[in-house]
Amino acid sequence: MQVDEKTVRRIARLARIKITDEEAKSLEGELSGILNWVEQLDEIDTTSVEPMTRVVAQELKKREDRVTDGEIADAIVKNAPVVDDHYFVVPKVVE
Amino acid sequence: MSELTRLTLAEARDGLKAKTFSATELTKAHLETIEASNEALNAYVLVTPEHALAQAKEADARLAKGEARPLEGLPLGNKDLFCTDGIRTTACSKILDDFKPTYESTVGANLWSAGAVMLGKLNNDEFAMGSSNETSAFGPVVSPWRRNGKTDKLVPGGSSGGSSAAVAAGLCLAATATDTGGSIRQPAALTGTVGIKPTYGRCSRWGIVAFASSLDQAGPIAKTVRDAAIMLGAMAGHDPKDTTSVNAPVPDYEAALGKGIKGLRVGVPKEYRVEGMSKEIDDLWTKGIEWLKAAGATIHEISLPHTKYALPAYYIVAPAEASSNLARYDGVRYGLRVPGKDVIDTYENTRAAGFGKEVRRRILIGTYVLSAGYYDAYYLKAQKVRTLIKRDFDEAWSKVDVVLTPTTPSPAFAFGEKTGDPLAMYLEDIFTVTVNMAGLPGLSVPAGLSSEGTPLGLQLIGKPFDETTLFQTAQAIEDAAGRFTVGERWWAGDAKKAAAAPAKKKPGGK
Repeated sequence: MQVDEKTVRRIARLARIKITDEEAKSLEGELSGILNWVEQLDEIDTTSVEPMTRVVAQELKKREDRVTDGEIADAIVKNAPVVDDHYFVVPKVVE
Repeated sequence: MSELTRLTLAEARDGLKAKTFSATELTKAHLETIEASNEALNAYVLVTPEHALAQAKEADARLAKGEARPLEGLPLGNKDLFCTDGIRTTACSKILDDFKPTYESTVGANLWSAGAVMLGKLNNDEFAMGSSNETSAFGPVVSPWRRNGKTDKLVPGGSSGGSSAAVAAGLCLAATATDTGGSIRQPAALTGTVGIKPTYGRCSRWGIVAFASSLDQAGPIAKTVRDAAIMLGAMAGHDPKDTTSVNAPVPDYEAALGKGIKGLRVGVPKEYRVEGMSKEIDDLWTKGIEWLKAAGATIHEISLPHTKYALPAYYIVAPAEASSNLARYDGVRYGLRVPGKDVIDTYENTRAAGFGKEVRRRILIGTYVLSAGYYDAYYLKAQKVRTLIKRDFDEAWSKVDVVLTPTTPSPAFAFGEKTGDPLAMYLEDIFTVTVNMAGLPGLSVPAGLSSEGTPLGLQLIGKPFDETTLFQTAQAIEDAAGRFTVGERWWAGDAKKAAAAPAKKKPGGK
């Protein structure tokens, strides 16, 4: 799989990571290299194989449907870069 | 240099019980050693002396009253991937900045409630992504080991390089670590320490900074097999807060150590004899086989035909899960924020500035393989390959009880030797990554020295939840091979000369 610069930019946008022109160029080669290398998996026929979901068969755990946590707004906003009252502050989203 | 820092965890525990020294003395000895050594080794990214001495004081009170808990007064290091209540936790990334969790990881809480003392937070590759500790925002860790007659700085392995270096250098009695593709076993092998990645689900992942959730497991790095057994016993256990944590009793691993391995069936997989494997690794493997035979085990050649596909499948699964897990670092709720012209620009600036190069590379790979139209071809395919890898082992377990392989394809390397080519670095995990893909327990035990005088390890792979057999088998290897400790503490008390070593107080740019 050859990844071109346009694809690198699209992926970086999806990942919300700003990249420079120089980085886009070098990532083109690096990502292509890694994706070419993983293509060896195509040698294996997996048509009748189920994807692995867990190591040991275990029923999904359920818990009682009741509130066990909360009233900790101070703790939740404690590490935020910008806070107003108990709100996270971000640049204006809606005009 | 205090002799107390040369003790094993078990010896220190016995010394405390016998009142040969106090928990405060033991803790102070370690803090002094850290003070004298850390500038050169950079194993700790944060030392917490007040916190440690307060815990030691409580331990001394309990010891005096005869109310000692299993790890009472024993000073440990804690990998900076484990959240610590009120104490900075960064995953060694700039993006977490000065993050101070308001909660403690379950594994950490288990250790402290067993009486252990936390000396500080240990360096690691950023978000545990790396095999040399060179991707840490705090700069690399220097291995206490050197090649014969040389002074080149060697890597302590990664991602738990702070843990392995600190244990090998006597900067803690034992340490927490995590392993997603080999991050406990490879650093243990490169530093002459013992490391175990337990079965997926054995330790709670709650409160550990997530990398790849279907692969991540916590485990210890320790000086001896016995110490690793003591540590895992305290760390493991069911946790309702982690839905993948398994509700199964934790055996007394230490008590099982003396049982021996007579009649044990040991598998040797032919697929691990990879092209380009160094002769000394091959010889070490043969020696391991001989030791286990001499201890009463029988050796059987087995086949794990999908071994070669584990690493490429891992480099789909791990980046995919990482790209999803690391989406949370957006500069809004915690950590670094780099303002932009609007909210998306803020996200993009923050993540460009906050993540290091390897982390960005893996997020992009992960985003690509999960992007529209590619999910089946990559992630789903890789998860199917995992089933085949696991099936190989399931078949092997009908013939053998444990599998013996080398831990790494080569001995410790020097700084910068493998950073140029991501694929060369990824190959460090070639023998360890299958274990994560299949969710099995794996242990690395020191088994010899390379021709350069640096440590080499052997890996034992076990059946799900059969860590006990791994400890028993590793004990037989340790009994035969002996322990490997760094002779001269060249780094200690020589901190000024070592000022060239990168030791930063805060995550800074290069």
